[in-house]
Amino acid sequence: MSARRTSSDVAALPWAGPVRRYDIVKEFVIALVVMAVLSVGLAVAFGSPDEEALTFKGWGTTAADNFYAVTVGELAGTTESAGYGPPYQDGDGLAVGPLRPQKWMGVRLPVDAADDFVITPLKSQAQTSEVTAALAAWQAATPDQRTTWATALDDAVQATADADGALHPDQVASGDYGPVPALAQGLTEMAASGSLDGAMLSQGAFYGSADYTKAILFMGDGSYLDDAATAQNLQGNTWGMMNGTNSYPGQPWLWWASLWYQIPTFNPAEDATTTTSLQDNADAWIFYIIGVIGLVIIFFPFIPGLRSIPRWIPVHRLIWRTYYRVHGNDHLV
Amino acid sequence: MATTEKMGTPVDPPQPPDDVDGRMWTNRLRTSFFGTYPPEKLLPDRQPAYVASWIYVFGVATIAGFIMLVVSGLVLSFEGPTWYHTSSTGHFVNSVHFWSVQLFMLSMVVHLWGKFWMAAWRGRRAMTWVTGALAFFSSIGTAFTGFLVQSNFESQWIAFEAKDGLNAVGVGPWFNVANAGQMLLLHVCLLPVVVGVIVVWHVLLVRKHGVVPPIPLEHDPADQPVATPQARS
Repeated sequence: MSARRTSSDVAALPWAGPVRRYDIVKEFVIALVVMAVLSVGLAVAFGSPDEEALTFKGWGTTAADNFYAVTVGELAGTTESAGYGPPYQDGDGLAVGPLRPQKWMGVRLPVDAADDFVITPLKSQAQTSEVTAALAAWQAATPDQRTTWATALDDAVQATADADGALHPDQVASGDYGPVPALAQGLTEMAASGSLDGAMLSQGAFYGSADYTKAILFMGDGSYLDDAATAQNLQGNTWGMMNGTNSYPGQPWLWWASLWYQIPTFNPAEDATTTTSLQDNADAWIFYIIGVIGLVIIFFPFIPGLRSIPRWIPVHRLIWRTYYRVHGNDHLV
Repeated sequence: MATTEKMGTPVDPPQPPDDVDGRMWTNRLRTSFFGTYPPEKLLPDRQPAYVASWIYVFGVATIAGFIMLVVSGLVLSFEGPTWYHTSSTGHFVNSVHFWSVQLFMLSMVVHLWGKFWMAAWRGRRAMTWVTGALAFFSSIGTAFTGFLVQSNFESQWIAFEAKDGLNAVGVGPWFNVANAGQMLLLHVCLLPVVVGVIVVWHVLLVRKHGVVPPIPLEHDPADQPVATPQARS
């Protein structure tokens, strides 16, 4: 039998060596008092983060051009949310080799970007005669006709981009866009008035829902939410997973998960013109890595080699220095 | 004990259980639990001499942080999820909750690292480590849902970003981070209970197996003069 196994068996036996008084109830009470004083003291000194939630009203007033362009994109089906795939629409989703759980789970939270983000909110409110006529024309049109109109305007809006990438819908070339300009303008005005915020959540019902999926998806399609996150240093490639707003700590215990989003293997450079499969499927890869790390930590005692690291790097000499100095290996082997 | 006895009536001293009593689930549970955990094991007043380092404080500090979280969280739950946006008192209680989770997680992480360097899974203590790790990950989930129900910009952004990874691994519809109602229910009804149960399980295992003894030194300094020990045998 090896010496290591012997010491392990000794560790399993009831302790037969020297003992000391240890008042665990007193220790607990002191710990509770210290924690209470610290948390109350920190709350008094620093408060807590509470950056106001963004609204469609804010988007529609401070970035109306972007809101208009995104609305056209929702009708054309060119935004991220419109073509996201499962669980919102049919599609493949992300994959790691043959693993395609995103596709396998199917459409569980159906989202029709044009209908849910634009048409239904417009129909939920009294509209001008122009918007009402546009709604009627849209609904009377065939799906192909709708796509033709919306895609034509989407292309025309994208063509107005200036050197900084900002879009200027007021400079759109004339063309056959059907009712799409009136719908987009109507929703932009509805957003600016503040009525879209309630309409997106209630979807016409009194209690509405505590489910913000559609509102979050729509808001994320524009630059408004993204720019605000960049300003707060919350992007994934700037350790945003563990950062908080206004320099407060967020979830620093997630550093080992956030780490992977800093690696170019998964995160393309800002000016990259092409991306790799790893980068395209980074969220899937990284979440699997997070899962594997979690399993390794949970089952660490059963993994040969890894479980010996504490023997190789003798931090324990510091932790138990007093015992070693006084008793050496007494009662340990 | 006979069922016809009245309260306050003197009874005979307890007799050893017969076969029927011994098979009773109640008796088996009582015998098993209190056989494993006699009072002096549940609330010991002595610990091995090696339990003498600041690192041992962080386990109990984690439990104290959890209690602060539950208390401040209960106050928040009675006032509703928008209270802290509109009331200075609400904001203060939310701040206590916020800093409690920071202290709780800090204590737990230090405790975890301490136990790692002690190789605290030795001596049939693997399950103690496993439950500790499970407490860590279930705490991450609880804190994560807490950040999602702040109903401010941070929760908007976390929901927008986190959905992609969760969808990619196929759990998005059932753990929908953009569904504030679902996240709120999980945060206050399920996940704290999960953490609490695992922590109790973990502490019972620690009490059962005791604190792991030091890793034997490769070179025993046995010939060195021994200082006057503070511990008693």
